[in-house]
Amino acid sequence: MDADAALADLAEISSQVESAVVLSSDGAVLGSTSASNATAERLAEAARELLAAALEVPTGSTRELVQLEVALPEGSVFVVRDDSHTVAACTSASPTSALVLYDLRTCLRALSDQPESKPPKRRAGAADA
Amino acid sequence: MRRLAALALLVGGSLLVLARRRQSQRPSVSLYYDDGSMVTLERSAPGAERLVAAARGALGA
Repeated sequence: MDADAALADLAEISSQVESAVVLSSDGAVLGSTSASNATAERLAEAARELLAAALEVPTGSTRELVQLEVALPEGSVFVVRDDSHTVAACTSASPTSALVLYDLRTCLRALSDQPESKPPKRRAGAADA
Repeated sequence: MRRLAALALLVGGSLLVLARRRQSQRPSVSLYYDDGSMVTLERSAPGAERLVAAARGALGA
């Protein structure tokens, strides 16, 4: 599934997500719920900064960061990631965090699904083997 | 005695509501890891301010 389709599904299933962006493993924007490219890029930049800041937090072990949440009085920001994609989303204040994270992980899984490969078309008159 | 108990309940309940409202207005940062563990950063923790600032940037986008 491509980023736009995954984000469309996310917007449909999650009423709490106000805006979201999908990034590739190298930080490029693959899709966004915002109509404006500038808004999408600002959200993407903030997501990259959040990940960079979170990765610098000393954890004292080799565990890998997979998701984060920053809750502020004016709203919350969630970032989930896997090896190939990152999804960042903004919500209003006091969201149901577990539900939002679940929906974002669902979006991530949809992005990781391989597209269905269509069977090759058989030519008319081709002899069966 | 009954009036005293009712007054204590009223004051205690009000303080509890105020304390919860104040807590919900504080920024909170939670980090989740692949081993299932989670870390919640206090405001004074290293990196917390940077994360809060980045989140404000996202919300303002």
